[in-house]
Amino acid sequence: MACLDRREEVWSALDAVTDPEIDESVVSLDFVTELKIDSSNRVEIEFRLPTYWCAPNFAFLMASDMRDAVTALEWVRDVSVRLSDHFSADLINRSVALRQDFRDAFPGETDDDLSAIRQKFLGQAFERRQELLLQCLIARGYGPDWIARASLSELIGLELDQEGIALRNLYLFILRKMDPDAGEEALAFTTANKRPLDNQDLRTYLRKIAATRRNAEFNGFICRSLLSERVKRESVRKS
Amino acid sequence: MFTTKSGEKIFVVDGHVHLWDGSDENIKNRYGEEFIKCFYDYHKLSPKEYVWPYKKYQKYTDEDFEQDVFENGYVDFAIFNPQYLGDFYHQGFSNLERNEAFRKKHPDRVITNGFWDPRNEEAGLKQLEQDAQKFGWRGVKLYTAEWKGDSKGWKLTDPWSYRYLEKSQELGLKNIHVHKGPTIRPLNKDAFDVADVDEVASLFPDLNFIVEHCGLPRLNDFTFIAAQEPNVYAGLAVAIALIHARPRYFSEIISELTFWLGPDRILFGSDYALWQPKWIIEKFMDLELPEDLAAETGPLTLETKKKILGENAARLYHIDIGEQNKQFGLPVSDKAEPAGTTAPVA
Repeated sequence: MACLDRREEVWSALDAVTDPEIDESVVSLDFVTELKIDSSNRVEIEFRLPTYWCAPNFAFLMASDMRDAVTALEWVRDVSVRLSDHFSADLINRSVALRQDFRDAFPGETDDDLSAIRQKFLGQAFERRQELLLQCLIARGYGPDWIARASLSELIGLELDQEGIALRNLYLFILRKMDPDAGEEALAFTTANKRPLDNQDLRTYLRKIAATRRNAEFNGFICRSLLSERVKRESVRKS
Repeated sequence: MFTTKSGEKIFVVDGHVHLWDGSDENIKNRYGEEFIKCFYDYHKLSPKEYVWPYKKYQKYTDEDFEQDVFENGYVDFAIFNPQYLGDFYHQGFSNLERNEAFRKKHPDRVITNGFWDPRNEEAGLKQLEQDAQKFGWRGVKLYTAEWKGDSKGWKLTDPWSYRYLEKSQELGLKNIHVHKGPTIRPLNKDAFDVADVDEVASLFPDLNFIVEHCGLPRLNDFTFIAAQEPNVYAGLAVAIALIHARPRYFSEIISELTFWLGPDRILFGSDYALWQPKWIIEKFMDLELPEDLAAETGPLTLETKKKILGENAARLYHIDIGEQNKQFGLPVSDKAEPAGTTAPVA
C-alpha cells in the first residue's frame, strides 16, 4: 500500500507541471510514458512529446520542472527524467541529470537562460486562466465595474458552483506564482503587467485575452492529435 | 472551379501545394525519416476516407496530383511552395526540377515558387538570380527552421536575409511565403516568434509577406502584427484542415482573421498532399459561423469566401480570372458580377 501511495504522490507532483505553451498538465496531455520507483526510493520518469521536433527549450523546461517537482517530495532520494524520441533528447537528458542550465545543454546556441521565455509563457497562462474565470463570472452576472475593482479577498469569498471554484483555483494558483506577495486587498483582476482593468472598455481586453486562450486551445488540440497518431504508429511498429 | 448549390461558379487558387519525395530511397538520415512521419501524423487530421497508406504518402505521382487537385479538387490554379530540406533528403524533399517539369505540363494552371536561404550568402544570391530567371519565379517560400550543417535555423532579420530580400525585390519575387517551424536560434527564445516578420514587412513595403499557417502556433501574435502591416497576409494551410476535426476551432480562427485582417488578406491553401483540397473546399463552402462568433465579428459571407478561395491569390499572382473563365467557356463579363469580385491585374 505504501508503494501505491508513493506512486500517487509522484503522479500528483507531475500533474502540477504544465506544458508552457498549452498551459495544461504533462499528465493530462499524456506525455509521461513511464514511472518507476525502486526499493531505495529512486524515481525514474520517462516522457515523450507529440513530435520528434518539438521546441527543445520547452522540452528542457518540462524535464527540469518534472525533476524539481518530484525532488520536492520528502521521501524521494533521487530522480531521473528521460525524454525519448526527440532530436535533442541526449543533450537535454544529460543536462537535466546534471542539473545544468539550458545554456550548458546547448553551448553557443543560446544567448541567455530560459527565464525570459518562462516569464512570457507564464503571462500567457495567466491570461488564459483569467479569461476562463472572467467568462464564468460574467455569465453569472458580475459586471465590468465589479470585475475592475474587486479585491482578492472578495474573489476568494465569492459563493461559486463547482466549475467556478475549479476555475478560480486555477487562476489563483498562477496569480500567486506571478505575484507571491499579493495581499488580500490587492486587485483580483489586472493585466499580466499588473495594470488595472478599464471598466469602460473591458470588451477590448477580453478580446485580447480570448485570443491567448484560443491559441493555447488550438495548440493543445494539434498536440493531442499528433501524439495519438504517433503512439498508434509506434505501437504498430513494435508489435 | 467550384459550383455552389445555386449554380454560381467560384474560381479557386490553391495557394500551397507540393509534389514531395519522402521515399526511403531519398531519405538521408533519421531526421528525414522523422520528418515525413511527422507529416503523416498531420495527414491523419483528414476525414478517414481521404487517408492514404504511408508508402503512397511518402511519394505520390504526377497523376495523383492531377486527379486530387485539378480533377476532383476544384482547383483552377495551384501554387507550389517548395520545402528543400537538403540536410534530410538526397534530392531535396521538394525538387525544383520536378516542380518545373510539372509546370511545363500545366503552364496555365501551375505557378512554381522558389526558395532561398540566407546562409548560402554570396553564392546563394547568384544562384537565386539564375534560378529566378530560369524558372520564371514570382515568389519564394522561406522555411526559417531549415537545418544546415550545425545551424538549426535563421531569422528574417539576419543581416544576410536583408540582402536576399533586397534581391527578391529587384528580381520581382514579390510574394514572400514565410513558414515558421521550431528551433530557431537562439534556442532560448520562442522558436515560433513572428516578430521578425513585423520588422521586415515594415522595411519592405513593396513585398507581400504571406505567413503560412497564419502564424500557428502563434496565431494571437500573428493577428496583432498583421492588423498593423498592410502587406502581411495569412496563408490558411494547416489551419483550414481543422475544419473537419474541429469545425468550431476553425470558425474561431477564421472569424479572428477576418476581424483583424479583413477579407482581402487571407489565402486558401490545402498543403496538398498533407490534405486534399476537395473535402476542405466542400466543408469551407458549407461553413456558417456559429451565432456567437457571427455576432462578434460578422458572418462569413459568400463574397469573403470567394476572395479567400481565389480572388486574393489571383491578385497577388496576376492571375486574370476573366481570362481563365474564358478558357473554361464561362461568361467573362466583369460587369455582370458584383464590384470587386474580379481581380485587378496590377
